[in-house]
Amino acid sequence: MSSLDPDAAGKAKAIFGKVPEQLRRLAVVAVVLIVAIVALRYYIIPPSLIESRLHRQSTVERETGKTIKFASAGICGDCHDDVSKKKSAGFHKTLSCESCHGPALKHTEDPDVKPFAPRERKFCPACHAYDPSRPTGFPQINPVLHNPLKPCITCHNPHDPEPPRIPRECAACHAGLARIKAVSPHALIECTTCHTVPERHKQSPQSVRPTKPQTREFCGQCHGKESKRVDAPKVDLSTHGERYLCWQCHYPHLPGRT
Amino acid sequence: MDKREFLKKGAILFISASGVVRHLERSTTASASTTSASTTQKPAVPGYDPASHYYGMGIDVDRCIGCGRCVEACTVENDVPREPSYARTWVERYVIKNDKSVVVDRIETGEGGERKFKEVVDEADILRTFFIPKLCNHCANPPCVQVCPVGATFSTEDGAVIVDEERCIGCRYCIQACPYGARFLNPRTKTADKCTFCYHRVVKGMQPACVEVCPTQARIFGDLRSKASRLVRFQRVNKIHVLKPHLNTEPKVYYADLDGEVR
Repeated sequence: MSSLDPDAAGKAKAIFGKVPEQLRRLAVVAVVLIVAIVALRYYIIPPSLIESRLHRQSTVERETGKTIKFASAGICGDCHDDVSKKKSAGFHKTLSCESCHGPALKHTEDPDVKPFAPRERKFCPACHAYDPSRPTGFPQINPVLHNPLKPCITCHNPHDPEPPRIPRECAACHAGLARIKAVSPHALIECTTCHTVPERHKQSPQSVRPTKPQTREFCGQCHGKESKRVDAPKVDLSTHGERYLCWQCHYPHLPGRT
Repeated sequence: MDKREFLKKGAILFISASGVVRHLERSTTASASTTSASTTQKPAVPGYDPASHYYGMGIDVDRCIGCGRCVEACTVENDVPREPSYARTWVERYVIKNDKSVVVDRIETGEGGERKFKEVVDEADILRTFFIPKLCNHCANPPCVQVCPVGATFSTEDGAVIVDEERCIGCRYCIQACPYGARFLNPRTKTADKCTFCYHRVVKGMQPACVEVCPTQARIFGDLRSKASRLVRFQRVNKIHVLKPHLNTEPKVYYADLDGEVR
């Protein structure tokens, strides 16, 4: 060991003198090597490369420093309170604004950077196209047949979508009747003139049915002898088919001119 | 210059240079150690203590409509390369046919939101079918961490398995070791890439991007250490299963009402 220690060489010259020249030179090289290795290990290599605690710390720091792009729910309502209030009561209440509008953190920092607004027809079917794998009850349409080429937002408000639209027109379901009536003398008479339609008929058409005229006098308003309508054929209600309601013999959607 | 002179001058140069280097390194390591000391006291995000959290995710299988918004959001948030269809989270469609054979298909989403399937099964031939969102399970006992030869991947204190992309050598061991196929080699950085539970969002109190955008709330993110968290409630009210429990990886992604065919 003493031959490796350069300090010992100065103090014990006598002993050192006996050490062969080659060994002394070798000692210098060894010392240089040791110093180099120690310097490399402890001073030159950054500790974050050696200590796992530090390199994990730096990884966590790098990871937490990554840029956020989605602003997260709730923040949109700070400015767009009208839309978010509307949405929170509707069927899309579980959706985050960014589900459709895309990442919007930049928009919250600078309102001039507009987030994505899907207006094309291809966007909504991502969720609402019919797919047998989708859970039962999830509203789905066939994008090929459902009002082709029309953008969804022309009929549906994405911030307050309605469940399958209750048709305003009877013809939506009763297309056959509507076609017949359209060419009949009764073409200009509204369905609701003769039928009272309970609101619930639209939800459960089979169990809640519209009314039919239950008196002969109903038809008599136009077709009775006393009626002032000039364009309606007249009958004497007191003698004409007295035991029956009119529509039991005459088909009111296509009344024949007899 | 003879050999002796060369060695002499070399030694003098080396020793003086190492002195300078040592001085420089002293100053940098001193500042590094103070910063690391301060970060162990002060977390990366002010007010955030990783030791008091332990994150997991719940998947409500019956709610997933397979729209792929989560995949798209993850791709955007984490800047995941789009080609060739790499993803940190993905949605599988399981179709169990009448003859009990199973077709598994990963849905592909385009930027506009359209979905594509590789295989279309005739509807009359389907016994049952559903979507399964998948992602890194952030196992409590992660096989990917065990195999990493350079220690580049590890579990954080709060339960996320993350990759040190500066240390990763891209050897793909972890990709092979993951039983859930949750890792891929990022073609841009040439290092292993995976879901981080959106660590950069989570530490700031936000939800991961996929959870944020899920329209049906099929994904539930939460803290397993907090009794009040949505995830703990989710675990309480649902029948929970994890993927491949026999591998003892202790996954922290919990599936409610998972079909037995899901692998």
